[in-house]
Amino acid sequence: MSTTIQSPRAPFSVPRKRGVNWEKWGWIYMRASGVVLIILIFGHLIVNLLLGDGIKSIDFAFVAGKWASPFWQVWDLLMLWLAFIHGGNGMRTIVNDYATKPLTRKILLGAILVSVVAEIVLGTVVIFAFDPCPAGGPADLLPSFCPVNQ
Amino acid sequence: MPENSAGTMTPRRPAGTLYRGREGMWSWVLHRITGVAIFFFLLVHVLDSSMVAVAPGAYNAVIDTYKNPLMGLGETALVAAIVFHAFNGIRIILIDLWSKGTKYQRVMFYVVIGLWVVAMLGFAPRHLINVFSEMGH
Repeated sequence: MSTTIQSPRAPFSVPRKRGVNWEKWGWIYMRASGVVLIILIFGHLIVNLLLGDGIKSIDFAFVAGKWASPFWQVWDLLMLWLAFIHGGNGMRTIVNDYATKPLTRKILLGAILVSVVAEIVLGTVVIFAFDPCPAGGPADLLPSFCPVNQ
Repeated sequence: MPENSAGTMTPRRPAGTLYRGREGMWSWVLHRITGVAIFFFLLVHVLDSSMVAVAPGAYNAVIDTYKNPLMGLGETALVAAIVFHAFNGIRIILIDLWSKGTKYQRVMFYVVIGLWVVAMLGFAPRHLINVFSEMGH
């Protein structure tokens, strides 16, 4: 009977679990989405709060006018998805750090997941499905391209 | 106090760690606080924006509440949080990926603060003038 005895200084390695390393991809996602979000959110803030009269000119017509263009629809859609997944993952990290009781953690993580999914679905539907010229809407509140204002 | 496997008492406060205090810890604390604040604002912001799908008047009513001076101060704080989180996020990426990142992490923290001050000097006066000139309208 022969047994191989490893050298005392041989590095001990824990065998890696098989499958996708989700924590690694989460780590990469936070950095990749973070860089894109800086561009998207800074652009959003500059256009909505700095240019022209800033917040004073934001109203229904302003938003409807922006979302009449596919450019801003895609911009806001990307911002919505990237930001909520980034924020949800950040909140998950914080809950994992501080929630010590398993039940508390499950409830909090569940609440984060539900709110993130709900907000992403709601936001996506609103960006694409809302009507910029609702029938019966007061003409002075609607954007200039609506039939009532032509 | 909990007893660990070695049978000794675990002190409630560690005697001293490499991570306590100083720029590294404070940047981490600020990154968390600003992140949580932005997340909760986002929850509200999607809901208020969704009012466009309800009625033009409903959206205008809710967005008008953003135009009062008190909310304007809140928006300035929110933008301050976003700008810090953004710049410190770049610092974190550089610490992780740049070979000299850890060596310069402290210097980069002060660069973040400097750029944050410059950005806020550009943003705050303009936004606050917009918000306060809206008073009484």
